Amino acid sequence: MSSDNKPTIVYKKKEVRTAWLMMAPALIVLAVIAVYPILRTFYLSFHEMNLKRPQSGFPFIGFQNYMKIFSDARAGTDILFTVKFTVTTVLLEMVIGFAAALIMNRAFKGRGIVRAAILVPWAIPTSVSAMMWKFIYNDQYGMFNDILYRFGIIKAYKAWLSTASGSFMALVITDVWKTAPYMALLILAGLQMIPGELYESAKLDGANAIQRFWNVTLPLAKRSLLVALLFRTLDAFRVFDLISVLTGGANGTESIAVYSYKQLMTFLDFGYGSALAVLIFLIVFAISVVYMIFLKGDLVSE
Amino acid sequence: MNAKRKRTVGWVAFYLFVVVFVLLLLLPFIWQFLTSVKPLKEIAEMPARWIPSKVHFDFYVNVFTKHPFARYLLNSFIVAMCSTLLSIAIGASAAYALSRLKFRGRKALLMIILSISMFPTIATLSPLYLILRNMKLLNTYAGLILPYIVFSLPFAIWLMTSFFSQLDHGYEEAAYLDGCTHFQTFTKIMLPLIRPATFSVGLLVFINCWNEYLYALTFMTKDSMRTVPVGIALFPSNYQLPWGDMAAASIVVTVPLILLVLIFQKNIVAGLTTGGVKG
Repeated sequence: MSSDNKPTIVYKKKEVRTAWLMMAPALIVLAVIAVYPILRTFYLSFHEMNLKRPQSGFPFIGFQNYMKIFSDARAGTDILFTVKFTVTTVLLEMVIGFAAALIMNRAFKGRGIVRAAILVPWAIPTSVSAMMWKFIYNDQYGMFNDILYRFGIIKAYKAWLSTASGSFMALVITDVWKTAPYMALLILAGLQMIPGELYESAKLDGANAIQRFWNVTLPLAKRSLLVALLFRTLDAFRVFDLISVLTGGANGTESIAVYSYKQLMTFLDFGYGSALAVLIFLIVFAISVVYMIFLKGDLVSE
Repeated sequence: MNAKRKRTVGWVAFYLFVVVFVLLLLLPFIWQFLTSVKPLKEIAEMPARWIPSKVHFDFYVNVFTKHPFARYLLNSFIVAMCSTLLSIAIGASAAYALSRLKFRGRKALLMIILSISMFPTIATLSPLYLILRNMKLLNTYAGLILPYIVFSLPFAIWLMTSFFSQLDHGYEEAAYLDGCTHFQTFTKIMLPLIRPATFSVGLLVFINCWNEYLYALTFMTKDSMRTVPVGIALFPSNYQLPWGDMAAASIVVTVPLILLVLIFQKNIVAGLTTGGVKG
């Protein structure tokens, strides 16, 4: 017996060593190009560092950059806007995506075409879709005005991107157009993993369509819903491309990431800009932790 | 008879929904395409003229002659391709270890890798900019490929880990009985098995890199080094609102992606949905 076990034990020991050797290249690369920079961002955020004023010597100033966020009205407005944008878009994408997935959860002809049509808005660069929609919202030649006018929804052409509410709506529509279909696709994949027998037995037990939805569909689709929700919330909160291209942050549509970028690359204030970036990082991190608790470690198995 | 009729009505309503849904998704592209082949003065016509009186392709010629668009495409391709290949090459063995080998700290490492893939790009922008500037890597391909690995490597590892976990454990036992080391099992047996999945992962990583905007905007400031997403976004600031050129450019970018999606939609969906499956 023991002589039989010996090679197995050696093999197991080797397993641990092989595992670390196989992971070494990736871990080293990640440590150098991801972990080090993120720590460096924290470090920079505790310094006064404006690249326009190198004579300051970039001294350590403790939490001053963070205190500045609290007294900076623009940062406050931007955070509120980002939260409003995140909640609105994620909620809409969730509802539309789930509804579309429920409707399409059956075998039908032309499914492949629908799936391809869903993937195209998701696959094109956000900056390209933002550019396209910018033209669509154009006050004179845009398709948006034309369609609304033809259907009698508006009496006269509007300059959508020159008002706060118009700009917000424009951003939300563009984001929902790009990602609600993608949500539908993810949720649909989750729905298709629910075995059909469960519905049959629920039916036999006398459950009506609404009860079946609440007691079979929802609990079983919860995981794929939460995972889709997590990734969407994180994406929405760090929104940059869409806003930077579509509105440039004008009319009260500046997200916190856009503001951080401007502090960094326009004002060259690397201290304050880094503090804002750290803030985004911490909020995104907190959001993921909350979701992880809901998923109860489902994301990673033992 | 009545039930049959009810079912027919149901299907008609269903297809009506599907058609409207697909139309809403494609409408911006249709509009953009029509704009790109319209004569210039019809773009500015009010009320909008949807169907052009004659079709022309001048805007498409402009895209490649008045703008360095071919260069943008080449830059995007080189950067996205190198980042993808590097991420897969470095990530595959790590993903194998994380999914198939037993060692302490596996779960913690997976969580760390997942959190790195969730880093907001802005959170690493300032130090990366300073590092690349010091190393004189701004406006070079390496200077964009390296930052892209920040998000593409953890993403690739995460996806490949999910794919590896789905394979049957019998393969390893058979390999062990044949006297293979762990590493041989990986290279000789698992890698060939995972090849189709690796392709799906590569496709997603490539699309992510191809579409990236913030790093490209910051680290590539020379016009000749710009990538497609940034190049298109900066059209208007360089030239006077060339709506026709921009429409043509966005069609040029979109058509290959439509083809990609049509051909590889099964791989893409497999990749997208596996990311959320237990690793």
